[in-house]
Amino acid sequence: MRAQLEGSQAVAEAIVLCRPEVIAAYPISPQTHIVERLSRMVKQGDVGRCQYLNVESEFGALSVLIGASAAGARTYTATTSQGLLFMAEAVYNAAGLGLPIVMTIANRAVGAPINIWNDHSDSMALRDAGWIQLYAETNQEAADLHIQAFRLAEELSCPVMVCMDGYILTHAYEPVDLPDQASVDAFLPAFSPVQLLDPSEPISIGAMVGPEAFTEVKYLAHQQHLRALTLVQDISDSFERQFHRQSGGLCTGYRMTDADTIVIALGSVIGTIQEAVDGLRNEGIAVGCLKISCYRPFPSQQIRAALESSSRVIVVEKDLAVGMGGIVSADVRMALNGLHIPVHTVIAGLGGRSISTESLKQMVRDVRAERLSEPHFLDLNLRVVDEELARRREQRRAGPLAEQVIRAVNAIGTKVV
Amino acid sequence: MTTQRIKFYQTGTYTAGNRLLDEEARTVQSRMDRTNSLNSGHRACQGCGEALGARYAIDAAMRTSKNRLIAINATGCLEVFSSPYPESAWQIPWMHSLFGNAPAVASGVAAALRAKGRDDVKVVAQGGDGATVDIGFGCLSGMFERNDDVLYLCYDNEAYMNTGVQRSGSTPPFARTNTTQAVGEAPGNLVGTGKNVPLIAMAHGIPYVATASVADLHDLEAKVTTAMSMNGARYIHIHVPCPLGWGSDPAHTIKVARMAVESGLFPLFEARAGSVVDRMKIRRKVSVERYLELQSRFNHLFKPCRNDAAIAAIQAIADENIATYGLIDSTRP
Amino acid sequence: MIAIRFHGRGGQGVVTAAELLSMAAFADGKHAQAFPSFGSERMGAPVMAFCRIDSKTIRTREAVTHPDMLIVQDPTLLHQVEIFSGLSPDGYVLINSTFSLAELGIGDFLKSMPPGHVCVVPASDIGVKHMRHPIANTPLLGAFAGITGVIALESVQSAMRQKFSGALGEANAAAAQDGYDHVIASLAREGSGLHHARTT
Repeated sequence: MRAQLEGSQAVAEAIVLCRPEVIAAYPISPQTHIVERLSRMVKQGDVGRCQYLNVESEFGALSVLIGASAAGARTYTATTSQGLLFMAEAVYNAAGLGLPIVMTIANRAVGAPINIWNDHSDSMALRDAGWIQLYAETNQEAADLHIQAFRLAEELSCPVMVCMDGYILTHAYEPVDLPDQASVDAFLPAFSPVQLLDPSEPISIGAMVGPEAFTEVKYLAHQQHLRALTLVQDISDSFERQFHRQSGGLCTGYRMTDADTIVIALGSVIGTIQEAVDGLRNEGIAVGCLKISCYRPFPSQQIRAALESSSRVIVVEKDLAVGMGGIVSADVRMALNGLHIPVHTVIAGLGGRSISTESLKQMVRDVRAERLSEPHFLDLNLRVVDEELARRREQRRAGPLAEQVIRAVNAIGTKVV
Repeated sequence: MTTQRIKFYQTGTYTAGNRLLDEEARTVQSRMDRTNSLNSGHRACQGCGEALGARYAIDAAMRTSKNRLIAINATGCLEVFSSPYPESAWQIPWMHSLFGNAPAVASGVAAALRAKGRDDVKVVAQGGDGATVDIGFGCLSGMFERNDDVLYLCYDNEAYMNTGVQRSGSTPPFARTNTTQAVGEAPGNLVGTGKNVPLIAMAHGIPYVATASVADLHDLEAKVTTAMSMNGARYIHIHVPCPLGWGSDPAHTIKVARMAVESGLFPLFEARAGSVVDRMKIRRKVSVERYLELQSRFNHLFKPCRNDAAIAAIQAIADENIATYGLIDSTRP
Repeated sequence: MIAIRFHGRGGQGVVTAAELLSMAAFADGKHAQAFPSFGSERMGAPVMAFCRIDSKTIRTREAVTHPDMLIVQDPTLLHQVEIFSGLSPDGYVLINSTFSLAELGIGDFLKSMPPGHVCVVPASDIGVKHMRHPIANTPLLGAFAGITGVIALESVQSAMRQKFSGALGEANAAAAQDGYDHVIASLAREGSGLHHARTT
């Protein structure tokens, strides 16, 4: 049924449709509305025998799910930013143990400096932990991806992160069409574990593996992820057949035909980029956009195929490899290895900075005129940066960086930046 | 007809089985149907107190749960020596996740069982003092606070042993470890540090808290049995000597543990809902020296010269325990 | 597409106002996107929320820097934050106050706005009347329907009944009606009639 819903609400209702058995929750902005709504629904008795645990930390949250999943329960939690890092050890553990846990990441910047607004630094920090990473463009896709995620996780015995932009999606009200229970049941069968803690058939899970076998274990995990590339697309196709809309998949193009310049991104910024693409097309610029929905495993072949006839690629990413540059752009460059297509890195939206259609259009014009630095920080305030650098050159005890920059930017209250 | 008085002496834990006892009071280990949950072939050191304690505890838990038990293990000696890939010494469903999350993982298993309506299957979590007192403390407190249906067993050998004997929040004052070495002005572990997790567990008001020792294995079994017949969060803190880390003779493991109990340094008690309800009286009180002299981790208190002040301070701890828990029966001569 | 920016303080239901407006637009058969611009929960801090309304799917996610309409729930913000930043020259302004524009000190500032586009609404008073609390957001949404004609009042009221159950929903719907009536009457006095905003 189609309704005007908050993103968090849509996700919570999608989770309930998937019949979870154990939910663990530790609150952190901007995921709170998801776990609050789930708590209400469980308590009201809308979720069968589902157990909801209010845990003592995010590390506790994922640990609870590791146990519950190993005991055969369908499990879910949500976190972001600092919370995701706090559970980092458990994140690797869950992947290594092959437990099909589904977790929402309400993407938020990682401190210091502390920042509660959206960017992708959190999920990027754990991109190589062995979880599947899917990114939602809209709240509709966020709801749909969670349903696909359980099926994907359980077929592969691999945990899945569904990433959705904090506040921008989680706290946005927009139309979402939630399926009915019968359709979801038809799409998502009951969880049938590959390994199970069961007194009638005792097994030991979590052995130490030494040098003689560790490589083979990791190789098999890698193969599992490569297999996932096919499965992610298959499940998306299956979803489309059942629910009559396209959601997820590996990557999706917009106005790519005859585009000489292609802008790549993950998540909600795709919508804004599409607006910019339409505007530029009206100016006669042959630009298109490629959305990456499945970031891990990385769909190298599909991205290469999509980009190989373009003249240049611009990766707009909400993350930064400090001291290096782009993260997504590095993966894209690797996918294009040997093709000699220039890939431009544009760092945008860090810490929740709004990405405007105008700035994106100008970015494309600048790239085509070869005016852009590499990497380029979109809408960087050079005055503030130069002032701060000068100040630091003059005095040793220049004070904490974050506080000085805030003062320089003179950000007050609700001034829109 | 002449009669002669014959005195029968219970040999207690000096023997594994005792046919003079009622069937029900006999140790699980003397039964043909014991599960041997922690099977032979594991890689523990000779004289390992933890292996002994774990075997007794888990077999007792299995008996009470009619062999429907799932065990979650923190990283540590027990986990490492019992699961050398590709072998496992565990005959029961067993999982190791991380160092600091055994209580939370166990809470998750309990929640899953509840979701599936399997209230016949019980959950035990176990870890060493490092995993319990330090790194897993947050998760432990969370499990207590939620009253999750888990029995947590802490095997306390008073240091991080598997990593090579480093100090933990359970290391006693003056004890030598590799991070509290016997050098300088205050050799060994600092006085006035450390956590009393049994008391902290009691402060959470959970249904059952007990301390136990491999010095009295019957008592350990009885406490596990009692705990397993209850629901909610339960905690048993078990004193287990480590010959390697304590510098004691592997043949003396039970003797060392007994000295700790009989000196008053390791009081044995039970608590319900936050209050002590029973304690094991000391049969023959000994001075703490009898305990200390068995372990080279306390050598520096005796050589090159006696540290009277330190020994007196340790004695004071023991005496305080005796007073607090009423460990000496003042009515007996 | 039109974009509305709400201004207020934490605790005044600014975010709820934007959400309700988006629900009203949905009920009216339109596409809408509402989102907040705020951070950690804190009462009394200046807060903004946004709503975009269009006849087709709204794709952009950027902040609303050039609103077509401002709804100001707390007039103490008028001189404290850059409330009018980016406002379209033929935009709309609704302010919750019992004072006139001149008394609020912004009469001159808003003189250049088209007639019938600016209105002061005693929304807190209306809130007190119907809900016994100075709730300004729902009366202002009724006023929005009146001043722009973009969304039917009935849609605004249906959103309120959906969000707030029973008597509370009815009270809010009645408050919206009062807000609507106030604007209609106010514009009639002004003699400017109704000017309806474009929706695309």
